[in-house]
Amino acid sequence: MSFITVQNLNKTFKILERDPGLINAIKALFRKDYKIVKAVQDISFNIDEGEIVAYIGPNGAGKSTTIKMLCGILNPDSGNILINGLNPFENRVKYVSSIGVVFGQKSQLWWDIPVSDSFELLKSIYKIPKDEYIKTKEELVKLLNIGDLLNTPVRQLSLGQRMRCEIAASLLHNPKILFLDEPTIGLDAVSKVAVRNFIKEINKKKNVTIILTSHDMSDIEALTNRIIVIGNGKKLYDGSLSNIKKKFSDHKKLEILYSGLKKKPKINNVNVIENKRNYVLYDVDMKKNTISDIVEKYSKVCEINDINVLNENMDDIIIKLYEEYNL
Amino acid sequence: MICYLKYFKTELINGLQYRTAAFAGIITQIVWGFINTMIYVSFYSHTNNVDSISLSQLVTYVWLNQAFLILIYMKSFDSEIMDKIKNGTVAYELCRPYNLYTWWYIKSIAKKYSAVILRFLPIIILGLVLPKPFNMGLPNSIYSFILFILTLLLGSILLVSIIMIIHIIGFFTNEDKGISSIIIIISNFLSGSTLPVPLLPNIVQKITEYLPFRLISDLPFRIYSGNISINYALQSIVLQIIWIIILITFGILIMRKVLNKVCIQGG
Repeated sequence: MSFITVQNLNKTFKILERDPGLINAIKALFRKDYKIVKAVQDISFNIDEGEIVAYIGPNGAGKSTTIKMLCGILNPDSGNILINGLNPFENRVKYVSSIGVVFGQKSQLWWDIPVSDSFELLKSIYKIPKDEYIKTKEELVKLLNIGDLLNTPVRQLSLGQRMRCEIAASLLHNPKILFLDEPTIGLDAVSKVAVRNFIKEINKKKNVTIILTSHDMSDIEALTNRIIVIGNGKKLYDGSLSNIKKKFSDHKKLEILYSGLKKKPKINNVNVIENKRNYVLYDVDMKKNTISDIVEKYSKVCEINDINVLNENMDDIIIKLYEEYNL
Repeated sequence: MICYLKYFKTELINGLQYRTAAFAGIITQIVWGFINTMIYVSFYSHTNNVDSISLSQLVTYVWLNQAFLILIYMKSFDSEIMDKIKNGTVAYELCRPYNLYTWWYIKSIAKKYSAVILRFLPIIILGLVLPKPFNMGLPNSIYSFILFILTLLLGSILLVSIIMIIHIIGFFTNEDKGISSIIIIISNFLSGSTLPVPLLPNIVQKITEYLPFRLISDLPFRIYSGNISINYALQSIVLQIIWIIILITFGILIMRKVLNKVCIQGG
């Protein structure tokens, strides 16, 4: 039995629809048209304790809806969720004591009061024993480097500062599971890396199970190898990131700087991206060509000064993945 | 339980920092108080037909109404709660091991208390030192003063129970303006905030008997000045408690229903 078991989860929403224009607006006063949106369809997966799983998909795929059902906020239409032996929605109050949640686009801290007051309030909400609270708080403050921010009202924090405080707030009660819904949205490079390192650290140290969603593929690459891809409410892929990379990363970019070329070598089945004096950039399809082949052809006719092979970046791979599933 | 008390304290302290709003409120209430008392004074000087309430009782009523307005007036809903519903931050509140009804209730009432703490004293003091006939009288007796405090507190609890229902309906419809503007008008008319209940037509007075609204402010203010007898006051306290139980139970029930169908906004 896994730590988190999700079986045949379904959730539909009724969305009010109205054609534009005054006449339609008046019509809508008397008759409302609803569109049924299947936000999540028949999703199943298992997650073990201590795993980090990235939940990815394009906007509107059903990621947040799934996360909200896993957090006990939304009631699924059908299907089962069992996390640590509890049903999140039915045992909401008991269940939520064991989870921490960060929604990147929302704030859980009280806007008007200093961060440390928010923490104190969370302490009494979660009934954290005093010693444990002090210990955890000190640890989090150190790891996230937020010592200087504790006495500042939340409204005066920058986004990166606030996000670090949000993450600390979600971990004060030592949850077993941490849900991170786009935790790095809008953060600069330094804050992003800080948040990532922290997530890794907390996972290793406390064996916290982490489920995260993000549109930033570098986040996901840095944090985990297991991804679950969802599109139009359906689960499309559940497995390792490296497999996806292998499958879709069949193109590489090849950059050659040369000198003393008299006649360009003829190379078949290759896209030229850029062609300047003493410089060429190819897009190489690995199924049809090899890098060494091209380089060899060049080395015969000129002197090669420098070579760069660039792997396709993760975003391109994900775009291909979405394309394959027609998202 | 501790966490609810702590939250009450946090919200109370938080509310106490809005001094400028309080200052503006005090000025507005004083101006309103003057306008009202002057109208009633000139009204009474041209008639001797009103036997339901005396002029000094009425003027006292006006000043009390202005001093405790925030506590008893069906307006100033907690816009933060509605904002949370609209922008989806309510998701966080649902991820916490507390009862959301109690939580919001505490938030709403703490806000009212902190606002009234900042406002009532200057208005009361001014009312007391004004020359006759514009002044606010002292309580009729020590008993009526104690019962006044008690019924005023119960009245505020009653008011917030009604406001909670509006919030919960807002949770369902994502907008509370429609429903709240209807209830604001009905409530403020029938609770005596617009015109004291003893001055309303008899038929309307009869209607108010069967509704909770007059128990919010009309009751405590008339107890204070002795317009309502101690005996009747004690009966009314029982009525207040019954209404509070009914409205809170109703609120909790519809909250449960709404949470089953909740749909979180945005992202």
